[in-house]
Amino acid sequence: MAEKVSLAIIGGGPAGMAAAVGAYEAGVRDMVILERDTELGGILNQCIHNGFGLHTFKEELTGPEYAGRYIDRVKELGIRYETGTMVLSISEDKKITAVSRARGLCMIEADAVVLAMGCRERPRGALNIPGTRPQGIYTAGAAQKLVNCDGFVPGKKVVILGSGDIGLIMARRMTLEGAEVKLVAELMPYSGGLKRNIVQCLDDYGIPLLLSHTVVNIKGKRRLEGVTVAEVDGNGVPVPGTEEYVECDTLLLSCGLIPENELSLTAGVKLNPVTNGPFVDDRLETNVTGVFACGNVLHVHDLVDFVSEEAERAGASAARYLSGSAEKSAGGAIEIVPGAGVRYTVPSTVDPVRCDDLIHLRFRVRDVYKSCEIVVSADGKTILSKKKRITVPSEMEDVILKKKDLVGVTGPVTVSIAGV
Amino acid sequence: MTDKENIFDVAVIGAGVIGCAVARELSRRRARILVLERESDVGEGTSKANSAIIHGGFDAKPGTLKAKYNVIGNAMMDRVSEELDVPFSRIGALVVSRSAEGDETVRELLARGEKNGVGGLRVLSGDEARALEPGLTDDVTSALYCPSSGIVCPFELTLGFAENAAKNGVVFKLNSEVTAIRREGEGFAVTASGAEYFARAVVNCAGVFSAKIREMIAERDYTITPRRGEYLLLDKNAGGTVSHTVFGTPSKQGKGVLVTPTVHGNLMVGPTAEAVDDPEDTATTGSGISKLKDMSAHNVKNIPYKLVITSFAGLRATGDTGDFIIREDEKVKNFFEAAAIESPGLSSAPAIGAAVAETVSDALSLEENENFDPVRRGVPRLSRMSDEERAEYIKKNPDYGQIICRCEGVSEGEILDAIRRPLGATTLDGVKRRVRAGMGRCQSGFCSPRVIAILSRELGISYGEVKKNG
Repeated sequence: MAEKVSLAIIGGGPAGMAAAVGAYEAGVRDMVILERDTELGGILNQCIHNGFGLHTFKEELTGPEYAGRYIDRVKELGIRYETGTMVLSISEDKKITAVSRARGLCMIEADAVVLAMGCRERPRGALNIPGTRPQGIYTAGAAQKLVNCDGFVPGKKVVILGSGDIGLIMARRMTLEGAEVKLVAELMPYSGGLKRNIVQCLDDYGIPLLLSHTVVNIKGKRRLEGVTVAEVDGNGVPVPGTEEYVECDTLLLSCGLIPENELSLTAGVKLNPVTNGPFVDDRLETNVTGVFACGNVLHVHDLVDFVSEEAERAGASAARYLSGSAEKSAGGAIEIVPGAGVRYTVPSTVDPVRCDDLIHLRFRVRDVYKSCEIVVSADGKTILSKKKRITVPSEMEDVILKKKDLVGVTGPVTVSIAGV
Repeated sequence: MTDKENIFDVAVIGAGVIGCAVARELSRRRARILVLERESDVGEGTSKANSAIIHGGFDAKPGTLKAKYNVIGNAMMDRVSEELDVPFSRIGALVVSRSAEGDETVRELLARGEKNGVGGLRVLSGDEARALEPGLTDDVTSALYCPSSGIVCPFELTLGFAENAAKNGVVFKLNSEVTAIRREGEGFAVTASGAEYFARAVVNCAGVFSAKIREMIAERDYTITPRRGEYLLLDKNAGGTVSHTVFGTPSKQGKGVLVTPTVHGNLMVGPTAEAVDDPEDTATTGSGISKLKDMSAHNVKNIPYKLVITSFAGLRATGDTGDFIIREDEKVKNFFEAAAIESPGLSSAPAIGAAVAETVSDALSLEENENFDPVRRGVPRLSRMSDEERAEYIKKNPDYGQIICRCEGVSEGEILDAIRRPLGATTLDGVKRRVRAGMGRCQSGFCSPRVIAILSRELGISYGEVKKNG
């Protein structure tokens, strides 16, 4: 017996909750958030450090506090949510199959869907690190859950591979919990995390960050005994003779996040191979009409504040779609393409007729560029340019386009770094 | 401390697929049977890290035990997989050649296979092979097609034999490393991790350690060289790259690198073949991984190596006689061995189990066990059920509605079953091998803290005491 609902939101983390709030504020009442964990909040629940909310709430909150603000809002508005509910598939016509303790196997038919499933960490296997497979190797996020939620510190001598934000945060956390963090090795010549985290989590504790280094071997039969760290050349290939053995009982991996789009694929959503997230238009709508995406399932963010902002827009877009006021223009959409020095953009198309007056465009650069200029151009003309002291791949960039600048544009709109 | 509890008719040393198959077949007789295993779980050695193929039997030299037991074992697999609830599928294999020399090998394999009694073998042209298996490269010039070749879950096959043996009265002592064997009257006294056991007969199924076990009671007459094989396992999204097991033509180095779908829908590439000194050296190497990528690309096109989810290595117990060693010792009466069981050991396991059990039971004049029950049911796997069946299960037990491993869709109920059943899981890897929690594309990043919590609760141990393996 299928239940019918106007809007189904897949995931009750920061993106899902903000999407629900956005949809509510735009008039949707008949909706449900489906969350697989036992409570709302998603990954924020294990992020007990502070630094969240500076943009959204103009104050510094911990992860659980930030989540708490949205959980309170969801409850206050009476938005329905079901925890312990795992969505197994979404069909192209938005029929959702889910499973939970309470309801068993259930079917939900939705008129619109917001995808907000978040992302997962890249595991060791995908990194092809040779060596043994002992106890003591964790993704940084798994270790974070063990330490912060379960009160279990998984080791005493720690090496961290990858300088993603969770890895940096965990360097500090493990140190505060009494472990010795020997070093953080980063394959790239620049950090994968935010500058503020390098300062506050490594520099403040004297933890060395070895750029252009990686782990080339893992030793230990039952328990990890040590790893071999080596320098890499410009192509990421280890340089012979630079190997150094580091004794440790724990290796944490913070080597990238992958948007979790298995369900999107079941719904027929097309993914961008660069972001591993869906292609979306300026309304954050995917190629499947009525299916929207936001947060880390769309593209991996650095700051939850931007996730919330994006997700509220996705919720509002879903509301407009449900109210029938979201007709696409006859002329079709203009493509937005990454130019020189830019890896991707979100959105990847914009409908020049139905779009909002201001169009929020987010993207990441390919490399570190100092004293550079971001240029948005179309039909051989510059629409917008913005000077930057520095741009780095680990920090998401954004520009805001004006609808009026798109009048007469036949496209595509290119975002690039001048002179690259 | 010769209490009755420690007196057995037969002591099997080693709970790999061979030891467990021998024990299960022995439990068809009325006898007290003991299995001693040094690890905390069954199938912790060679049985957990191999190609997971039930070979056709065309590769082994005619007249060898390898040829004999492979062909018999392959034929037994339909019944065994049915009785023991083990995922098994005869997808067929192709041995592909890319040269005139390879074409010659393909024809030799056909002749050899026919001599071994393998049915249905055919030599295909390159084009015929590509029509059957579109994933093959244009370089392929001919292929031997073996329709009886299959893929199996090696964890479940070992567990199936073990659990069914336990159900029929076999006693398993895990964490019991055999350190001494001596004659005691007509039988043997076996010391394992401080305890002493008595048995009328001993069966040595100790894999890479079998020569070491032999030397505790008999003269050394063979050696075992651990030969390491590295593998790459790819995401289920790569599982459709090929629909048959694709081998390169064999050489002295082994059967060549194979590319195969697994019975769970992943793609697997491997193995390398490298002699190592340490019988526990299952480390992967950078050179091994690159070699696999190079070699497999010759035979199969477009293998999406971006989708590798893990790499692993196993050790084959390679003997110096070139064949399996399956025998009763000439001098030490009632000391039996199933040693040097390298490839096609998994394929031969059902046949070796039956043959060894028969020899032992003849020697000890064991009688038939009328109460023997050949059926073992695995943990119910909800992700493989129809919606209706799944709903029924969750209604009866809501634990089946709580998903713990999102990649493989494994519920808390299944994990609890894996822990609570006889010979249940006590480690993360034990849970993984039984119900696949942590086996998927995130490689336990999401579920490991949750499975640790469940193991800690169920076994009454702290988080720190929950081990990955061992």
